[in-house]
Amino acid sequence: MTVAADPGADPGVDPKSDLSGRGSVGDVVFRGLAVAAASLILVALAAVFIFLGIEGIPGFNVDAQHYAGQGSFLGLVVPLLFATMYAAVLALIIAVPFSVAIALFISHYAPRRVAVPVAYVIDLLAAVPSVVFGLWGAVALGPYLVPAHAWLAEHLGWLPFFDGQPSGNGRTLFTASIVLAVMILPIITSICREVFAQTPRLHEEAALALGATRWEMVRYAVFPYARSGMVSAVMLGLGRALGETMAIAMIASPKVVISLFIVGTQNPQTIAAHIAQGYKESTPDRLSVLIATGLVLFAFTFLVNAFARWIVARGRAK
Amino acid sequence: MSNIDLSNEETTLSHATLPRGAQWLVGVAAIALGGLALVLGMGIVGAVVIGVLAFLIGYPLWALLVENRRSATDKLITGLVWTAFGIAVIPLIWLVYMVVARGASVISPEFLTYSMRSVTGDEQGGLYHALMGTLIVTGIAALISIPIGIMTAIYLIEYGKGNRLAKAITFLVDVMTGIPSIVAGLFAFALFTLLVGPGTRFGFGGGVALSLLMIPTVVRSTEEMLKLVPDDLREAAYALGVPKWRTITRMVLPTAIGGIVTGVVLAISRVIGETAPLLVASGFNPNMNSNAFDDSPMMTVPVFIFTQLSEATAKGVSYAWGGALVLFVLVMVLNLIARIVGTIFAPKTGR
Amino acid sequence: MSIQVKDASIFYGDFKAVEDVSMSIKPKSVTAFIGPSGCGKSTFLRTLNRMHEVIPGAYVEGKIQIAGQDIYGPNVDPVAVRRKVGMVFQRPNPFPTMSIYDNVLAGNKLNSKRIKKSEADSIVEKALRGANLWNEVKDRLGKPGMGLSGGQQQRLCIARAIAVQPEVLLMDEPCSALDPISTAAIEDLIHELKSDYTIVIVTHNMQQAARVSDDTGFFNLKAAGQPGHLVEFNPTKQMFTKPDNPDTEAYISGRFG
Repeated sequence: MTVAADPGADPGVDPKSDLSGRGSVGDVVFRGLAVAAASLILVALAAVFIFLGIEGIPGFNVDAQHYAGQGSFLGLVVPLLFATMYAAVLALIIAVPFSVAIALFISHYAPRRVAVPVAYVIDLLAAVPSVVFGLWGAVALGPYLVPAHAWLAEHLGWLPFFDGQPSGNGRTLFTASIVLAVMILPIITSICREVFAQTPRLHEEAALALGATRWEMVRYAVFPYARSGMVSAVMLGLGRALGETMAIAMIASPKVVISLFIVGTQNPQTIAAHIAQGYKESTPDRLSVLIATGLVLFAFTFLVNAFARWIVARGRAK
Repeated sequence: MSNIDLSNEETTLSHATLPRGAQWLVGVAAIALGGLALVLGMGIVGAVVIGVLAFLIGYPLWALLVENRRSATDKLITGLVWTAFGIAVIPLIWLVYMVVARGASVISPEFLTYSMRSVTGDEQGGLYHALMGTLIVTGIAALISIPIGIMTAIYLIEYGKGNRLAKAITFLVDVMTGIPSIVAGLFAFALFTLLVGPGTRFGFGGGVALSLLMIPTVVRSTEEMLKLVPDDLREAAYALGVPKWRTITRMVLPTAIGGIVTGVVLAISRVIGETAPLLVASGFNPNMNSNAFDDSPMMTVPVFIFTQLSEATAKGVSYAWGGALVLFVLVMVLNLIARIVGTIFAPKTGR
Repeated sequence: MSIQVKDASIFYGDFKAVEDVSMSIKPKSVTAFIGPSGCGKSTFLRTLNRMHEVIPGAYVEGKIQIAGQDIYGPNVDPVAVRRKVGMVFQRPNPFPTMSIYDNVLAGNKLNSKRIKKSEADSIVEKALRGANLWNEVKDRLGKPGMGLSGGQQQRLCIARAIAVQPEVLLMDEPCSALDPISTAAIEDLIHELKSDYTIVIVTHNMQQAARVSDDTGFFNLKAAGQPGHLVEFNPTKQMFTKPDNPDTEAYISGRFG
């Protein structure tokens, strides 16, 4: 069962030098570069926190006059945070039904030769820069919606959202949240579309084989399967809406205020829009207040995104 | 309704159904009704709304009368899904139309080659300075982000599979994806306030801010593409006595290059339209400034649009549309390039 | 080149996959490994050119010598080992971005070795002739390798492996993804390659082992979750007529596995 080693079988080869490691220098260098790049991301994020902290933390407690007439940091940041949340939720309320319907349209309803261009058109919507959306909302959509503002204030005035003097130029949170909805629609649509398309064919065919109509198939086979994916899509849309600056800064005429009223001339202002509109003011104290509100925004969106990830992870674990 | 309801009437295979082409019939009727509304002076929007509502109600109603409730629900949902799509397309078409129509009347050789230096009243100005600024700032962002992003993705896929650093980096890239763009701008501003001096706004700062937004996109898309390269191929290369780094640089990257380039170009097209971070980090400037490291603000197209709109004059608004058209064309060209690259590098089968 | 294995055990982290394998593989012969799924025969094959190291946490105890030299010794570069010990995989895996010509030269191209055009041409022709593929592809060397049929792709992979002039060729179930006609072509090729290379082949197909090999090793598991081990290693003829071990006989006669 054993055969002696036979060095004579390899004439002319010095086995000792043959296998020894020549230069894995390339490997070491390349690996080093990859590790360095990855670590740089660690460093960059740490830097974000450190520098925003150094510049922003003093902003939590400066002279009262720097808080845009609100007297204290909390007095400023609470209304701003409220407005940020409010605008994002309004946008979601508008965007989610449309996004789900369009995702269904692409994945289950439209014939293939329609679905492909439609998906492309929705992606195109995602490519439009936010400043262009803002311009369109301020100059085109807002004025067009003035009659709608008046109608809402007149007929639905008993609701707190519409109770007051309607704006005469449409530059309101109402217009802004419609624009915001259009902006987050593509991201929610594309994620929903993916999870809908991943529904196992077997589930769908089983439903159809039981005599279900198409809607029943969607309701009993597709939606249950896609639920966690849809929730995370909505959360990601929310995260996007929270951080969006330009649409609101360009469209809604602002006031630092907690108010549900969305069709008037004084609209609750969001954190991001507040920073964008205050960027020109160059007193160091005012700037550190703005940076401090930015930190709050960062922390808040981080929480929302973390929650979205947690839902995705939980959905996967099932 | 918790179960699919199979009612008695379904036990026979045939039952009353709508005639073939029923939806077209209802459609024509709905259009007629809309036309009637238009004649009665309800305006084009009112007429369309009435027509759509007529279809949405009429078609399921007919199904309800002739067929059954389940079929009617199905038809109602089908109608709603189509309507939702129709409504969502309106803003896109409207926006593209406005940008092209309003922008085209502003675009002229002067608009593209003048800056806003000492432009007052109705004098002709332009966005040359902003266009150059956008190219410079985006270029800086790309120069920083592409190598870091691609090397990080290589680390995550090729070296770090499952280890602790890789897990931490994956998490941090996720966090970076969620950084609000204005916070990225504040970061660059805070960084250079400390490094250079208070109130520093310059092109390089804008580039740093944009790279913070661009890196996670590049990492993500490159990761996806590297994952698509089968392990079989890596093993084949190792088995030929090729060191790992050469396997990556000469086999894995060339195999994935189409997708990587597409992802990078899309990442560029995403940051090129960013406004908020640039407003904060590179500021605004009516003059031409081609030095990204000079301690003075650098104008960019998105900021140009924003400041022109804030002028609140007819000329300012029309210049803003002009800027929007330029930016829109830039973004669309980048998207087109991404698509073309994606097609060119699609894997060849030779069949 | 002969291969000597002494008390080799293979681990994935804490998990011991293969235990105490010793064998001696004769130069310029065909050695087949057979055994039920999961018995560690492929894992063991991959330790012969250190390919198992691709999986993090995998390591080998014991001694594996090729031509008298310990391939796990200090200062041994796994890359150099793989250049001497080529490998062909279960599924054909030509490089999709490369032409047939470039696929054959991949070992050189990926290592950025500069060679003269005439020399490259002769390497390609020799390797493709060696893999019995030359006549089928000589008119379309510039076409992508992915455009060939499955059997042709596998022979292209063999050509690619022999173009770097290894001394040992490892084949991990090279025919399991192929139709019977392509399989016959590969088996014929193995017979021819034997005159130049030491060949070790893992196969699920006992008839194939009987047809192509000179020696056969039978791997088995004592029980599920236990490490695989080498039950018997003998000349193929003896193995298939009067094996030493009753387990071997049971497996070969189809009573289990």
